[in-house]
Amino acid sequence: MSDSISNPTSPARNPSNLREEIDKLIAQGSFDLASRRLAELWRRDPAPATASFVTARLDELREKTRDRLALTKFKLAILRSFTVEPIVPLLRAEAFAYGIDLEVHVGDFNTYVQDLLDGQSSLYRFAPNAVVLAVRTDQAAPELWRDFADLAPAAAQQAAERVARGYEQWIGAFRKHSQAALIVHSLERPSSPGLGVLDGQSEAGQSGLIRQINRELLRIAAGFHGVYGLDYDALVARHGSEHWHDERKWLTARLPIAAAYLLPMAREWMRFIVPLSGRTAKVLVTDLDNTLWGGVIGEDGMAGIKVDAEYPGAAYQALQRALLDLSRKGILLAVCSKNNLDDAMEALEKHPGMLVRARHFAALRINWTDKAQNLREIAQELNVGIDALAFLDDNPFEREQVRGALPEVTVIDLPKNPLEYAAALRNCAAFERLTLSAEDQQRTEMYAAQKQRAGAEQNFQSKEDFFRFLEQEAELEPVSELTLARVAQLTQKTNQFNLTTRRYTEPQIAEMAEKPAWHIFSIKVRDRFGDHGLVGVAITHDEGEQCEVDTFLLSCRVIGRTVETALLAHLAESAAQRGCKRLAGWFLPTKKNAPARDFYQEHGFERQETNGAGSLWALDLRSFTLRCPDWIKLKAAAETMPGGKN
Amino acid sequence: MTASTLQQVRSIASDIFGVPADKIGAESSPETIENWDSMQHLNLVLAIEEKFGVQLEPEDIEQMKNIGAVAALVERLKSAAR
Repeated sequence: MSDSISNPTSPARNPSNLREEIDKLIAQGSFDLASRRLAELWRRDPAPATASFVTARLDELREKTRDRLALTKFKLAILRSFTVEPIVPLLRAEAFAYGIDLEVHVGDFNTYVQDLLDGQSSLYRFAPNAVVLAVRTDQAAPELWRDFADLAPAAAQQAAERVARGYEQWIGAFRKHSQAALIVHSLERPSSPGLGVLDGQSEAGQSGLIRQINRELLRIAAGFHGVYGLDYDALVARHGSEHWHDERKWLTARLPIAAAYLLPMAREWMRFIVPLSGRTAKVLVTDLDNTLWGGVIGEDGMAGIKVDAEYPGAAYQALQRALLDLSRKGILLAVCSKNNLDDAMEALEKHPGMLVRARHFAALRINWTDKAQNLREIAQELNVGIDALAFLDDNPFEREQVRGALPEVTVIDLPKNPLEYAAALRNCAAFERLTLSAEDQQRTEMYAAQKQRAGAEQNFQSKEDFFRFLEQEAELEPVSELTLARVAQLTQKTNQFNLTTRRYTEPQIAEMAEKPAWHIFSIKVRDRFGDHGLVGVAITHDEGEQCEVDTFLLSCRVIGRTVETALLAHLAESAAQRGCKRLAGWFLPTKKNAPARDFYQEHGFERQETNGAGSLWALDLRSFTLRCPDWIKLKAAAETMPGGKN
Repeated sequence: MTASTLQQVRSIASDIFGVPADKIGAESSPETIENWDSMQHLNLVLAIEEKFGVQLEPEDIEQMKNIGAVAALVERLKSAAR
């Protein structure tokens, strides 16, 4: 099937021809290709009408493939005080382009309070993964929105406090009934306050009090796991209040947002849905010429390329700042460029205008090989899946080539104008994170140490010699308030060394930790080259005389260094101490977890049964020889019950 | 009315109502298109506004009784904007 690779900008591939092609592909039964063309259609023409077409064909594909599309399922409920129905197809089409099959439940108008408080409501019956609470200020705080000037200062202050308390109660009730993520819209300030410029002279004015409520909402959200603020007020401001609003639609259809801004609203929701569904990119692979700097280093030379504080070089510095911000969030950077190595390295190391340097990149592929091949190698070198890569390149031809060869890669469509590059990167939902761990912030340094380790490994006669040389120290402890976010994050992100690939949210982990029969361990690892941080999780529960392993996973950074043996030995020992006679666990194969396939067998477990989902293994705890390898110094903290959580 | 405006409106209507474009003519209306309910009517309005960069008044929206009327309305708004 020769397609876009040969000629990405061929006129034959306009949106209306694409629609015909998609219908033809569906009729022929070429569902995977139809699905790729459908995503391409959405990228080319992300308009409301296209969204209707895309969602209708997506539903058709889902039915015809009996739900076997390679998409992540996600259920979103929207509780609202305004019309959101026209945004839903846009949101579902946008989610589809990120590899997410989104099912949406919309609550009735202004029933969000009942829906949140009543454990039997349609909201909870829907069993969402995430809930958006989108309430307009006129509904949430009517006394502050209208006739504000009539209120005495003390009454206005009380009204603001009452609004925040209301939210606190609803969110508390929500957490009792559901472990789903909750995304709370902040309240929008009026674009024309009742008292005009006078309102801006005091924090106790209309705008000031709404800001105060918004600060309170963030404080309340921080008191719960998995509750996040969406700064709706800032979103409206970013696009311009007077453009964003459509008073006609508000008065006639209760839709406050103008047609052209329905997509930005959907995209803002996506910035939460993408990280919540785990469809994030872990590595950004960037081109160099005309992407990281203006011009071509091999032709223009050090003096000719544009990257500095003035126009036009400033656009490239702005992009580099965006790159550095990603690396501060734990996203690894890598280079893939068609260049002579020496030319490119000179610019990366010595050009005075460069803000990112060679040391910021975890992997470099500067050669004349085809980019798809280089991307495969980068994924392998960094021990991540191809789908963890995002690709940044100014050249549409390279982008289409990568899309065609590696459809799993997130390809960022850079606009033509370099001044818009930085915003395009910053707005990409694949780089959003909802929590940040210490591991995330140090990841680039950890990968630099990893390179040294890889170099060291080659000088040893045997694996054991290398393990001894590493001087690994492992610290085992039960999950605690401090590690809850990282433990949940690992269950959501770990694909390769993961025996059951069960994804858990923070509240779910917290709930498990409260149950006496359940034990959740985390493992931190350090060696002579540096600290890996918290890299492994094991979850077990005792059922009578059997201890069953629910989850056993290890970050790819430490696979194959016997840390897994240390963790498993600890599970066996502690289960035996509690009087269990058997340690049992499932291996549930996925497309990615082959590295964990033989794990139980290699550690003396016997196969008990095999079914369509996987195989069950068990170890007799009355006579087992599984021990922590002597080259790992293991420190195990005593188990205490964590408590005091929401 | 130019053929191209009617053509564009027909293809938008085809997407929104899930009906092939060649089954939609100037006289197609809520009576002949099954999916043309009030929510899809709003979706049609929004798609027209987004596509042509126009703003429809509530009075305009009431006049959108069939596809031909929608195309005529778009023509009028586009020429008024010029």
